[in-house]
Amino acid sequence: MSGVRVLVGTRKGAFILTSDGSRRTWDVSGPHFGGWEIYHLKGSPADPNRLYASQSSSWFGQVVHRSNDGGRTWETVGNKFAYDGVPGTHQWYDGTPHPWEFKRVWHLEPALTDPDVVYAGVEDAAIFRSTDAGANWEELPGLRGHGSGPRWQPGAGGLCLHTILLDPTRPERMFIAISAAGAFRSDDAGKTWTAINQGLRSQYIPDPTAEVGHCVHRIAMHRARPDVLFMQKHWDVMRSDNAGDLWHEVSGNLPTDFGFVVDVHAHEPETIYVVPIKSDSEHYPPDGKLRVYRSRTGGNEWEALTDGLPQQDCYVNVLRDGMAVDALDPCGVYFGTTGGQVYASANAGDSWVPIVRDLPAVLSVEVQTL
Amino acid sequence: MIRVVLPQHLQTLARVGGEVEVQVPGPATQRAVLDALESSYPVLCGTIRDHVTLRRRPFVRFFACAEDVSHDPPDTPLPAPVAEGKEPFLIVGALAGG
Repeated sequence: MSGVRVLVGTRKGAFILTSDGSRRTWDVSGPHFGGWEIYHLKGSPADPNRLYASQSSSWFGQVVHRSNDGGRTWETVGNKFAYDGVPGTHQWYDGTPHPWEFKRVWHLEPALTDPDVVYAGVEDAAIFRSTDAGANWEELPGLRGHGSGPRWQPGAGGLCLHTILLDPTRPERMFIAISAAGAFRSDDAGKTWTAINQGLRSQYIPDPTAEVGHCVHRIAMHRARPDVLFMQKHWDVMRSDNAGDLWHEVSGNLPTDFGFVVDVHAHEPETIYVVPIKSDSEHYPPDGKLRVYRSRTGGNEWEALTDGLPQQDCYVNVLRDGMAVDALDPCGVYFGTTGGQVYASANAGDSWVPIVRDLPAVLSVEVQTL
Repeated sequence: MIRVVLPQHLQTLARVGGEVEVQVPGPATQRAVLDALESSYPVLCGTIRDHVTLRRRPFVRFFACAEDVSHDPPDTPLPAPVAEGKEPFLIVGALAGG
C-alpha cells in the first residue's frame, strides 16, 4: 500500500486530500462541484479509481457524479430517485402523516466486489441500488414496506437514511440506520428488513423502548467481525454482539454520550473512537475542548485523545459521516469539523495534525488506502 | 429557436457557457422549452423541475421579457419576443441565502 486518499464532502464542494504512506505531507485538490453541498463521496472497494459523489442544492436538487480516475475527472450519472409504488406517509415533526418526498442522497455505499453496484441512502428515508454504475436507481422497497414506516419521524436533520454497512462475510446481509427510526438489518440482500433496536432506550420518544423511533446517528463494524456493531445514538454509545439483535450501553466514563460519529480501528476490532458533543441543544464539544475518545476495550473504558487538537475555545461539531480510518499500520484516523478542519492521526489517535484548516463545513470524510 | 439562459451551476453541470439555444416544435411554452432543454442536455433533468411531477423546483424562477412567469401554467404561450428568439427565456436560482 503506497498512499492514502481522503475524500471530504463539505457544504460548498468536495475536496480530495492525498498523501503517501507516511501521511506527513498532503496534496489538496478542490473544490470539486464548487457551491454544491456534498453530503458524501466514497470509493469502491473493488476499484479504488471508481468514486461516487452526491451533490445537492436547495435550488437544483440532487445530482450524482462518478469518477473512473480517482477523482481527477467526473461524469454526471442518474439522479432519478423515484419511490417504488405509492410512497405513502411517515410522521411529520408534529406527529401528523406526511407524504414521503425525496430530498437528497445522504450516503453512497459502493458494493464490496462490483464497482458498478452502489447503494444510496436517501431522505426521506429509503435505500436505492444501482447496478449500472449510477446510471439508474431502483428502490429496495422492502425497507419502507417494513410496516413501521408510517411511524418513522424525522430528526432535526430530516428523515435520513445515513448509514449503510455491508457484511463482508455474508453477501446477503446489510445494515442501515435512519434518523429517527432506528437500525434495520436485511439478510436477503435488501428484500426484507428487521428492526434491530432492542436494548435501545430513548427518553425523547413516548415509549423509550419502542421498536422504532430511535435517533441512531451512526453505526460501525470491523470487517473481520461483522456481528459486532457499535452505535452512536442521539444519546448513548451502544454495542451489539449479535448483529443488532440486542444492544447494550458502553458509554462508560465518557464526559457526555451525545455525539454523531463512531468508528473502529482497522486492525483492532475492540478499539473504537467517538467524539463526544455536549448535548443535543449545544452541538459543540464540552468545555470548548475538541477531544476524540478511544476505547481499547470495545467500550465502557475511554481515554481522551487531545494531542494536537484545540483544547480551548473550540465550538465545532463533527457530523455523522465525518470520521474514517485507513488500513495502514499504524492505523490512521481522520475526522472533519463544521469549522472546516480535517484532522489526521497517523498513530491510531495518539496525536493529531490538521491536514487543512479552512474548508467549508465538513459533512463527510471517507478514506481510501491505495 | 428559443434562447435560454441558465444559472451558473446549471451551466457548469451542462458544460455550456452563457446562452443555449433549443428548437421547440409547436407553440413556445414553458413546458415545450423545458422538454427541449432536457432533451438536449439530459444532465439537467430533475434540476429545474421534478422528474416525476414535472413541477418547477421551489427555488427556481422563470423570467421572460422582464416578467416573472414562474407561476404561469406550463402550457401558457411565452411572450412573442421569446418565441421569436429576440429575448431570452431566463432560468434563475431564486435569491436566497446560501
